[in-house]
Amino acid sequence: MTELLITGARPYGEGDPVDVLVADGVIAEIGERGAVRAPSSAEVLDAAGQVLLPGLVDLHTHLREPGREDTETIESGSRAAALGGYTAVFAMANTDPVADNALVAGHVLRRGREVGLVDVHPVGAVTVGLAGERLAEIGTMATGEAGVRLFSDDGKCVADPLLMRRALEYSTSLGVVIAQHAEEPRLTDGAQAHEGEGASRLGYVGWPASAEESIVARDCVLARHAGARLHVCHVSTTGTVDVLSWAKGLGVDVSAEVTPHHLLLTDERLETYDPVNKVNPPLRAQRDTERLRQALADGVLDCVATDHAPHAEQDKSCEWDAARPGMLGLQTALSIVADTMVRTGLLDWRGVARVMSERPAEIAGLPDQGRPLAEGEPANLVLVDPDAEWTVRGGKLASIADNTPYDGMRLPAVVTATLLRGRLTAREGKSD
Amino acid sequence: MRDLLTTDGLGRDEATAILDTADELKRTLLGREVRKLPTLRGRTVITMFYENSTRTRVSFEIAGKWMSADVVNVSAGGSSVGKGESLRDTALTLSAAGADCVIVRHPASGAPHRLSGWLADTRTSVVNAGDGMHEHPTQALLDAATLRERLGGIEGRRIAIVGDVLHSRVARSNVHLLTTLGAEVVLVAPPTLVPRGVEQWPVTTAFDLDSQLPGLDAVMMLRVQAERMRGGFFPSAREYSIAYGLSEKRLAMLPDHAVVLHPGPMLRGMEIASPVADSPRAAVTDQVSNGVHVRMAVLYHLLAGEEL
Amino acid sequence: MAPPRGAAAPAERELLSAGDVARTIARMAHQVIEKTALDGPVSPAAADSGAGGDVAGPPLPPVLLGIPTRGTPLAHRLAARIEEFSGVAVPAGALDVTLYRDDLRRKPTRPLEETDVPAGGIDDRVVILVDDVLFSGRTVRSALDALSDHGRPRAVQLAALVDRGHRELPIRADYVGKNVPTSRTEEVSVLLAETDGRDAVLIRGQ
Repeated sequence: MTELLITGARPYGEGDPVDVLVADGVIAEIGERGAVRAPSSAEVLDAAGQVLLPGLVDLHTHLREPGREDTETIESGSRAAALGGYTAVFAMANTDPVADNALVAGHVLRRGREVGLVDVHPVGAVTVGLAGERLAEIGTMATGEAGVRLFSDDGKCVADPLLMRRALEYSTSLGVVIAQHAEEPRLTDGAQAHEGEGASRLGYVGWPASAEESIVARDCVLARHAGARLHVCHVSTTGTVDVLSWAKGLGVDVSAEVTPHHLLLTDERLETYDPVNKVNPPLRAQRDTERLRQALADGVLDCVATDHAPHAEQDKSCEWDAARPGMLGLQTALSIVADTMVRTGLLDWRGVARVMSERPAEIAGLPDQGRPLAEGEPANLVLVDPDAEWTVRGGKLASIADNTPYDGMRLPAVVTATLLRGRLTAREGKSD
Repeated sequence: MRDLLTTDGLGRDEATAILDTADELKRTLLGREVRKLPTLRGRTVITMFYENSTRTRVSFEIAGKWMSADVVNVSAGGSSVGKGESLRDTALTLSAAGADCVIVRHPASGAPHRLSGWLADTRTSVVNAGDGMHEHPTQALLDAATLRERLGGIEGRRIAIVGDVLHSRVARSNVHLLTTLGAEVVLVAPPTLVPRGVEQWPVTTAFDLDSQLPGLDAVMMLRVQAERMRGGFFPSAREYSIAYGLSEKRLAMLPDHAVVLHPGPMLRGMEIASPVADSPRAAVTDQVSNGVHVRMAVLYHLLAGEEL
Repeated sequence: MAPPRGAAAPAERELLSAGDVARTIARMAHQVIEKTALDGPVSPAAADSGAGGDVAGPPLPPVLLGIPTRGTPLAHRLAARIEEFSGVAVPAGALDVTLYRDDLRRKPTRPLEETDVPAGGIDDRVVILVDDVLFSGRTVRSALDALSDHGRPRAVQLAALVDRGHRELPIRADYVGKNVPTSRTEEVSVLLAETDGRDAVLIRGQ
């Protein structure tokens, strides 16, 4: 087994720089600079001035395989993840065929292992074919080879309250989590953009905040009565934050994620009519982004998840209504969080570790991810240069698709290295 | 001017220049036997309509022909558009084929903006002939031309826009243009048909039509757009008509000089009573004839100047 | 006042004073009267009927159409002089040629100017186009095209306050206030009280 010596990094960006010896896939030793003895065969990683964090965990990724390998594959998506500092990602079930059975879920898991750049965990569908009509074989997927931990119809809402109740109840015996894409479909018929002054003036059919908030409120009540755990995907509104505060106050076992784009971008982007800014739930108002940042800092929102959603050029290079919703996120997430949360003083790097690694690992029940930076812990790590900046270029990202809304933007924080169980999966912007 | 996509941001001087040109064209052509000007000879204008609209397409076609442009009509049904070709490919094809101007109507808001972006490196201008619920700038310009003609001006006039404001691109274009030209605009609609965030628009809003009527210089009735209605926005056509239809009784409540506009096609009986639509107070046919002159003026301003 | 030292102000010279302009227009009025036989037997009654074309008898007076901007007031002044000298009322109006120009694509979009064809129309009348400066002849060509869309005159004549030469088309004026040999780079501008606050003709060299 190879050994690796990281020199001069600051764990969580705190205290004096240290040297970290990684051996046999675990953190073997952490000591003062120059105090850690490494075998001469060890590779040395000069990390002076850099921040050492536990590898990032993404609860919400679309890897598009099987079905849309023209936009992303498990291989290209894994590379993007590694370059973005991730050591584990959850691949959403809305593939073609849908991951509503152990076969597809098993394929995703195996393909992820073959690529080996990031732990790819399949998310199982809650309902057969994401149709929202009857439950998928949640138990088989949970107990089978793929060991599915997280179930979601993401892209679609489990809108039927009875079906959602059953899914929540059923999940309790399996120790798995139901993750809801909260969107009341009757309130978002034909919806194209955040219902607000911008959409009104520009003529977009509105996607009202109430469509999200009403489902989150309902599901919190259902989870409470079922004694189940609930995870809320991509929270986008101020009202949802209020609902979550209320539910958590009542002791409901609910967790919630927010995407980087909802922390940074707003419906001002609607002016362009460029569907690279089309996403579901839609980009909201400035006051929503501010509230979401605050809620992430306060812990009302538990974690950041990318909702990385590659789309083909022809599905974005068209009129807004015809475009598919979604944007790339894996390689830009950490930088957006640095920009919106660290630069603003809302979170320190320990806080970043919490919302991008520890909490998501905890929510999904991953025993070897989001662990403390301590001797004997698995070496799932990411090194970040907090002072460097980079310019996003859609065509240069590892994903096959190019649909990043940050194209041309200069962002802070550069991932310099990612380690998966002690092995370098990305280094200096390159991944093998 | 390179494109005409919206009236939002169209300056007062620019708008007035178009309206003045339209007036001059109208005077020039008045009573002539040969209504043909050589101004746009050799220029090619393509209308691209992804929604049915005989009146707007024909109005643009006549406008182009009276200016001697070659006008080609492409409709979604009889072209590669119907075969699933992307809007972008269609636009680039038409531009490459020599279009100096593409006039587009599309059910998606912003489609003309997208076209304009894709054609930015070409010499093809884009005119928005109505996009989704967004804008219909030439309709607003022809409404303004009609109001100027009937009222002698727009500055300081009080104009109500009544009905399905939520789904109306005509309403949006008129809100921007009429307020730019100094009018006081009041939107009158049931709460379900008032757009979100309207309090940030330069207008006032009212739910009750009757209380507004005596103070108006003009009332613009909107079409109730059944095709864009998702879910019941009001209980019944009858109840809508009772509350917001322009009846003869309501016509009598307007000041004598006040003018009635409707962008057409009219739902007689529901939005507007037949005798009101046919009364001399209604400027509906003026709107149609002014439409041709306004569209000629727009083509003139887009195509007759220096190439940009 | 001398231009400030070092400033490259082009030399400006007055070709015609206000008095010269008035005398020139008066002389042109006499020429029109003579050439169109207004000093002969004219039927003032027929002047506004517009139906005199097919009636044997004295010819109808000509219609003066100024080419905006400055041709329009010139046409009206000329008409007033003609009436003063001959006692015959001569209709005057304006003919905007912008929509007929061949150089629209070379300049920013031009605003349209007024067209005002007198009530009697131009069919079977002698139309005298009036412009301030005759140069390349392209404006007059545009005016001839515009005129043909308004009717069929019996004859078209041309009056210009200044003819500065450099014709690009086979066009010649019937009445010229002043011939001014110029170079192409020089600029001739006519000022009129109606549009500029005073009467004068200026030439500016380069």
